[in-house]
Amino acid sequence: MNEHKGHKYIFQIVSGSILSWNAVLEGEANKVGYSLPAARKTGTTICGVVFKDGVILGADTRATEGMIVADKNCSKIHYISPNIYCCGAGTAADTEMTTQIISSNLELHALSTGRVPRVATANRMLKQMLFRYQGYIGAALVLGGVDCNGPHLYSIYPHGSTDKLPYVTMGSGSLAAMAVFEDRYKPDMEEEDAKRLVRDAIAAGIFNDLGSGSNIDLCVITKGKLDYIRPHDEANKKGVRTGDYKYKRGTTSVLTKSVTALNLEVVEETVLTMDTS
Amino acid sequence: KMAAATMSPYFGQQMSSKNDLVPAWTSQEVSTGTTIMALEYDGGVVIGADSRTTTGAYIANRVTDKLTPIHDRIFCCRSGSAADTQAIADVVTYQLGFHSIELDEPPLVETAANLFRASCYRYREELTAGILVAGWDRRKGGQVYCVPIGGMLVRQPVSVGGSGSSYIYGFMDSNYKPNMTKDQCLELTAAAVSLAMERDGSSGGVVRLASISKDGVERRVILGNQLPKYSTH
Repeated sequence: MNEHKGHKYIFQIVSGSILSWNAVLEGEANKVGYSLPAARKTGTTICGVVFKDGVILGADTRATEGMIVADKNCSKIHYISPNIYCCGAGTAADTEMTTQIISSNLELHALSTGRVPRVATANRMLKQMLFRYQGYIGAALVLGGVDCNGPHLYSIYPHGSTDKLPYVTMGSGSLAAMAVFEDRYKPDMEEEDAKRLVRDAIAAGIFNDLGSGSNIDLCVITKGKLDYIRPHDEANKKGVRTGDYKYKRGTTSVLTKSVTALNLEVVEETVLTMDTS
Repeated sequence: KMAAATMSPYFGQQMSSKNDLVPAWTSQEVSTGTTIMALEYDGGVVIGADSRTTTGAYIANRVTDKLTPIHDRIFCCRSGSAADTQAIADVVTYQLGFHSIELDEPPLVETAANLFRASCYRYREELTAGILVAGWDRRKGGQVYCVPIGGMLVRQPVSVGGSGSSYIYGFMDSNYKPNMTKDQCLELTAAAVSLAMERDGSSGGVVRLASISKDGVERRVILGNQLPKYSTH
């Protein structure tokens, strides 16, 4: 695929558009020795579980820029529609914008059909968009919601492949979270058990993966209600300082004191009026 | 970008870019490493596949369904890039459904195979997709068509595909006989896919089987502990 300089022809039937030239820009920049600025990534642990009455989505809240934590409390569970939410891992901007675009289109679609949107529809829209961009939109998503056909959970990869499963994890901490799920997941769990499971899975990611950290956000979606719990668990509260490096006045004794006045002459004075109307 | 995800072995972790916090496999493409198989018998076809999808060395989905319905009596077995094959299958499902409504008749398996071939050949430089199209129609009965990477189309009585297929060509050549019954075909498919799963790292999980005939589609799953056992050590 690297032989094609400039453009790649992707599925005209599904898309109709030619791949963005940002890919070319990056290639050309690298040739001259420059690297594009590191995008802010959500190192991330995100996961989802289908339980008896619906789905629960969970996420950590750390956003990294290289090795620095850029945001200690970012929100990774995005709104798609009143009954559908989506967790995003990968490039923060990509997950944010992709979910917003699909949320907007889905609202229009729902108005057009006169029906509550289905999770499968959101899945189709997301996978077709990500496939069109051939993986250059770095968005790895966990999509979950409840519609007329019951609760559904999908994992969506940056290249556009999707899997429909009862439990999924994504992001750099996904292995730690999946270990928890594989150990303790059961079909048709109660809400409290499922919440505890998701909380523990995200916690595993937070404490064992350097790219994930801070708090645990949860989103419980059932037929009748939606609980967006942010934060569900402040797993990494900032400690209270026990001491102070400020020295009290008098710690160093004063032996002598002399005061010299600084006489300044006003040379010029200009007044600029500010128009505050 | 990963090249020919089906046949090449995994060469170890590629250089992790800029960020050490995010491991390499998070940026690698999802591949259905795979073993897939399809056989014709008198009156229909039997298809089988493993259930493993990998991103690099991590198994992204251990219960994948690689036997995808394209129409009532036409299925495809997917191998290669998960995104590419899912997208192609969606496109062909739409095209075939539309064509069938125009015709007011169930579509031919050969038509479905040609639609796959058209997409796989036209975009051959961009795609990594090895597909087996199998089904039943009134005109020619059970048929298996092979559309490998590159976009060739050929009808075969038996066909295997995916990275695990290399390990079972000998088994297929020696054990397949023409005019087998449906149950013999199912047994052979289950055995072949199990053997491939045993040897190929990119194949594993459960064995999914389906038989397609005039009467419809019958699906079954053989779980890990029920797989035929061959290892003596």
